Amino acid sequence: MTAVIDPQSTVTLDTSIATGTRRSPFGRFTHNPAVRISVFVIGFMWTLPTAGILISSFRAENAIRDSGWWTVLAHPLEVGQWTLENYVDVLGSAGMAEAFVNSLIVTIPATVIPITIAAFAAYAFAWLKFPGKSFLFALVVGLLVVPIQLTLVPLLRLYGDLGLTGNFLGIWLAHTGFGLPLAIYLLYNYIATLPHEILESAAVDGASPFTTFTRLVLPLSFPALAAFAIFQFLWVWNDLLVALVFLGSGSDTAILTAQLNELVGSRGEDWHLLTAGAFVSMVVPLVVFFALQRYFVRGLLAGSVKG
Amino acid sequence: MSKDQPGSSHERGLSRRTLVWGLAFLLALTLLWVGVVILLDPEAITRMLVSFYRLTGLEGQAAAIDERGLQEGFTRLITAVFALIVGVGGIWVLFTTGNALIEASPSPIRRHLRPWLFILPAMIFLGVYLVFPLVETIRLSLLEDGGFAENYSFVFTDPAMQVAMRNNALWLIIGTTGSVVIGLLFAALVDRVKREAFAKTFIFLPLAISAVGASVIWRFVYVWRPEGSEQIGLLNAVWTGIGNEPVPFLQTMPWNNFFLILIMIWIQTGFAMVVLSAALKGVPTELVEAARIDGASERQLFFRVVLPSIRGAIITVTTTIFIVILKVFDIVFVMTGGRFDTEVIANRMFSEMFRFRNFGKASALAVVLLIVVIPIMVVNIRNMRRQGVGT
Repeated sequence: MTAVIDPQSTVTLDTSIATGTRRSPFGRFTHNPAVRISVFVIGFMWTLPTAGILISSFRAENAIRDSGWWTVLAHPLEVGQWTLENYVDVLGSAGMAEAFVNSLIVTIPATVIPITIAAFAAYAFAWLKFPGKSFLFALVVGLLVVPIQLTLVPLLRLYGDLGLTGNFLGIWLAHTGFGLPLAIYLLYNYIATLPHEILESAAVDGASPFTTFTRLVLPLSFPALAAFAIFQFLWVWNDLLVALVFLGSGSDTAILTAQLNELVGSRGEDWHLLTAGAFVSMVVPLVVFFALQRYFVRGLLAGSVKG
Repeated sequence: MSKDQPGSSHERGLSRRTLVWGLAFLLALTLLWVGVVILLDPEAITRMLVSFYRLTGLEGQAAAIDERGLQEGFTRLITAVFALIVGVGGIWVLFTTGNALIEASPSPIRRHLRPWLFILPAMIFLGVYLVFPLVETIRLSLLEDGGFAENYSFVFTDPAMQVAMRNNALWLIIGTTGSVVIGLLFAALVDRVKREAFAKTFIFLPLAISAVGASVIWRFVYVWRPEGSEQIGLLNAVWTGIGNEPVPFLQTMPWNNFFLILIMIWIQTGFAMVVLSAALKGVPTELVEAARIDGASERQLFFRVVLPSIRGAIITVTTTIFIVILKVFDIVFVMTGGRFDTEVIANRMFSEMFRFRNFGKASALAVVLLIVVIPIMVVNIRNMRRQGVGT
C-alpha cells in the first residue's frame, strides 16, 4: 500500500470508523428498498469469488473438474461430497506446510524489529532537539512513497556480494528498512500528541529521556504500536515481490505467496490444490482480520501510506 | 579528604562509570555482530546445538545430530527464535548500554549525543535500504547496459514497452476511478442501512488477502472450457448461461486487461469505502440540515454539499490507490506473466532484472515509477512543513 498525507488527517487512529458506531449526519435509516437491495447486491458480488474458492477447496478433485462449485448449493448437506483431501495434499506434497512455517519465520522478526527501531526514532523526532531534525523528518516523509522497485537492483547486487540472498536475515533486514518510514511517521504522529504535562513532569522528577521513553511513551503508545504491527504483519505476510527477490521461489525458503505462485505456474489446472492452497495462504490474514478488526482498520487507514 | 571534596570523587566515579559502560556498549556491539554472523551461516545453528549438547554432557544427542543432521523445519524455527533474540534483544541491549554510556559521560557530550542514540539506528537502515539504492538505481539507469540513451530509448520507444505504458495508463485510469467511485457509492449507500458495520465487512475483506491469493480466486472465476463442456468458471457459466459462446477471458486482447484491473478494483474498493465512509460521517450535521431546509434534493445535497466537504478525503484515497496501482506487479505476474499484451512497467522491470539480467534497463523502468511519484512526494513534504511537523 502507499499513500499520501491528508492535510486535515484526523481519521488515522479513530476507532469508530471500523465499527460504524459514529452517528451519521444524514439522519435516520432509510426504508428505500433500492438502497438496501444495492447494498446487498454489491456485498454479494464482492463475496462470491472468495466463496467459490472456499467451497471448492472442500470438494473432491474430480467434482471440481466436472461441475461448477455453485452446483453444491442445491444439495449442501450431502456429507459424502465434502473432503479434506485437498488440504492434506497441498500441505504435504505441494509444500505449503513448509511455506507456512517460512512465512511465520519471515513475518514475525520483520514486524517486531522495525517497530522497535522506529519507536526510538519517532520519540526523538517528537520530543528531543537535535540539529538536522527537520531535514531528516522531511527525508522520512519523502521516502514514504518511494516505490520499492527503486531499491531492488542495488540491494540484489549488494546482497549478492554479502552472501545474503536466500537467507532469512537478508529479508528481515530488507523489510525492516522498507517498513521504517511508515513506522516512524505513524508512531511520530501518535507520540507527538501525548500530553506535554506528563512527559515534562517525568523530566522534573529526574527521569532521563530513556526512562521516560521506556516507562511512559511506549506503554502510552500501545494503540499506535498495535496498529502498525498489524499493518506490517499483513504487508509482509502478503508480499510477493520482496520475497521473490530476496528468497526466491520453489526453494526451501519460499514463503506462502511465492509457493502459491509456484503452484499456479506448475499445476495451473489442478484446482483442488490451488483452491486449498489459496485458502491456506489466506487463513492467517483472515483470522487477524476477524479477531482484530478494530486495530486492523486503524492499521490499514493509518498505514495506507506505504511504498 | 573525599569528604571535603565530594565533587572530585564524583568526577572520578564518573570517569570509571563511563569506562565500564563504554566497555559494556562495545561488548553489546560485538555480541550483536556475532549474532549476525551466526545467522548468516545456516550450518552455525546446528553446530551450536551440537556443542551445547556436548557441554551439557548429552553426548548421545550430539552424536545423533552430527550423524543425521537436524530436521529442516526445526533448524529454521530455532533460527527464527534466535533471530528474534538477536534482533530485538540486541537492539534493546545496544540502546540500553548506549544510553547508560551517554548518561555517564560529561554533560556537554551527553546533551549532544543523546538524540543520536535514538535516531541513528533508524537512519542507518534508511540510508542502506532506501537512500543508497535510490541514488544507485538512478546511476545504473544512466550508465549500465547501453547507458542513458539506450536504456531510456528502450523504455519509451520499444514496442513491447509501449504496450506496457498503455496498459499502465489503463490500470491507473480505470482501476483508480473504479475503486474510488464504487467505494464512494457503497459508503454513501451503506450509511443509510442498518447493520452498517456488518455490510462493510464484505467489501473490506479482500484488503486482507494477498494479491497472489486474490489472483487465484479470480483465476477460478475466469476459468475457460471449450464450448460443449461444463463451464466451472463462474463468469463463463453466467456468460454461456445467457446464450453466448465461452470466452477465454485472460487471453482475449485487449479486454483481458480489464479483467485483471477488476481484481485490483475488488481489492482497493474496501480501502476507499472505509476512508470515505469515515469522511461522510464527519460532514457537519448542521450543513446537511441547512441544505435540506433550503429545499435541496438528495441528489443536489450529495453533489453540491457532501462531495465538496469530503474533498480532502477523496484526494487522499485517490492518490493512495493511484500509487498502489502504479506499482502493480503481483496480479499481472501471477495471472498472465505479462503475456497476451497484459505487460505493465513493474512486471517488465522484474523480467529485465531476473530473466534478462539487464540491470540498466530495469533501473530505468524503476526511475520512471519514481518520476511519477515525485510530485506526490513534494506535496507531502510541503503539507508536513505547513503543519509544522518535525520541527
